[in-house]
Amino acid sequence: PRSFHNLQELRHSASLANKVFIQRDYSEGTTCKFQTKFPSELESRIERTLFEDTVKTLNSYYAEAEKIGGQSYLEGCLACATAYLIFLCMETRYEKVLKKIAKYIQEQNEKIYAPRGLLITDPIERGMRVIEISIYEDRGSSGSSSGSSSVSGSTAR
Amino acid sequence: MSAVMITRKVRKWEKLPGKNTFCCDGRVMMARQKGVFYLTLFLIIGTCSLFFAFECPYLAVHLSPAIPVFAILLFFFVMAMLLRTSFSDPGVLPRALPEEATFIEMEIEAANGNVPAGQRPPPRIRNVQINNQIVKLKYCYTCKIFRPPRASHCSICDNCVDRFDHHCPWVGNCVGKRNYRYFYLFTLSLSLLTIYIFTFNIVHVVMRSVDNGFLNTLKETPGTVLEVLVCFFTLWSVVGLTGFHTYLISLNQTTNEDIKGSWSGKNRVQNPYSHKNIIKNCCEVLCGPIYPSVLDRRGLMQEDSPVSATSAAPSSSSISNPVPQTMHAVLCLQKTTAALIPNEHTPEDAKPSVAASAEKSPSPKDGDPPAPKVPPLASPETDVETSIVKDKTH
Repeated sequence: PRSFHNLQELRHSASLANKVFIQRDYSEGTTCKFQTKFPSELESRIERTLFEDTVKTLNSYYAEAEKIGGQSYLEGCLACATAYLIFLCMETRYEKVLKKIAKYIQEQNEKIYAPRGLLITDPIERGMRVIEISIYEDRGSSGSSSGSSSVSGSTAR
Repeated sequence: MSAVMITRKVRKWEKLPGKNTFCCDGRVMMARQKGVFYLTLFLIIGTCSLFFAFECPYLAVHLSPAIPVFAILLFFFVMAMLLRTSFSDPGVLPRALPEEATFIEMEIEAANGNVPAGQRPPPRIRNVQINNQIVKLKYCYTCKIFRPPRASHCSICDNCVDRFDHHCPWVGNCVGKRNYRYFYLFTLSLSLLTIYIFTFNIVHVVMRSVDNGFLNTLKETPGTVLEVLVCFFTLWSVVGLTGFHTYLISLNQTTNEDIKGSWSGKNRVQNPYSHKNIIKNCCEVLCGPIYPSVLDRRGLMQEDSPVSATSAAPSSSSISNPVPQTMHAVLCLQKTTAALIPNEHTPEDAKPSVAASAEKSPSPKDGDPPAPKVPPLASPETDVETSIVKDKTH
């Protein structure tokens, strides 16, 4: 497959071939964590270690946001004492981490995924349910998959 | 084609499926039926006004001025918690977009294998292991997702809500992950306020009767009778409710799970979310992180609307390649400066929109806007079979 140089080129000369959805990992409860299982559709597109690194880093960001410890107690008690009006001027810790995540995803897209014809969608745009990875094919080529119907026996559980 | 398509920018809340009402351009989110919520407001504000008008002047002079001051602080706290519970997003899970829905359907078909013709397909259930317990995730036919653990679909609001507790008509909203702590603090502070007003009503009547006699006192402050009546009935219900929720919090359970008996009984799974420690459970529910809303209510999107047929025009660009949102910043992510002006209504919900606009702005500013992502099969009415199954599963 052709290697794309940047996001702009991806958009102009590629067409969306397929989408893969990385599901949530609930083994540790309801905290936000995504499965690091490598989907078969990406096997020819990206190295397994790069993909796993991305998901593991995202998981660590979410764990940091949802950590229940000294800082979250402080934030909670302070906010309660002000009847939560303090959030008019202050950002919650979760929102701060979400900004970091957005930056990280954009960085990953620019450096690693777009050159391979892939694009990660921030999970917050999908209700924190899935990490959506879009797979692009070069418009000029005949393309290996002609749409999502060709995907069969996908990520078995 | 003879219709002219006009694309206009709309806020995403205008296109959200579900039976919520939105106010203040998407900042406020409530259920449709608000009658009981207005009653709650009326009762609280009415009773407190009577207290401030009749009892407080006397008590401030004869006992202590701290009494009305504390009452005012408590009243403001109760109102703040009530409005925050009522106006905020309880933790609504957005419905699956068409591609995600298709992906899930294919996984289900792959898992079920070939069903012989005439046989009903097995129920859509996914088993996950949480803390060494097997929990079944149900499929929601309306939202087209497998519900995360502890999420449930509210039929009144027609949304899946994360950590769904119950739909409370008194606050006019669902109580879920994002607003449970506000709901609890509301019931707790309302109990305190009710007890406070009730107590000082009695004190006031006693003190005044000593000087003037009982009947004269009632004539001078007729509001007292009304207040005592309201407080008496409120006490039983609200204090009971607070006690019930304190019990639930200490066990890290939701009302929904308690009613369904999910974790009770010998043959059933034990609650996998409980830390088995009352203090830890309380801390997680009350002092846990403040979760952001995943519904981008105030985000902008393109909407096509056909205008009267005059001359042929090319279809708008929004029906072109559906490239993911992170690639497109320009048109739909231009937040108006209005989003940055703190509004006087819901302080909490203005913040996520500001954070969202800040987090999206680093994306490259490229041309085409995405297609408006409204799932075509969002309403069960369009699909008779699924609506019948939905009634059975809910």
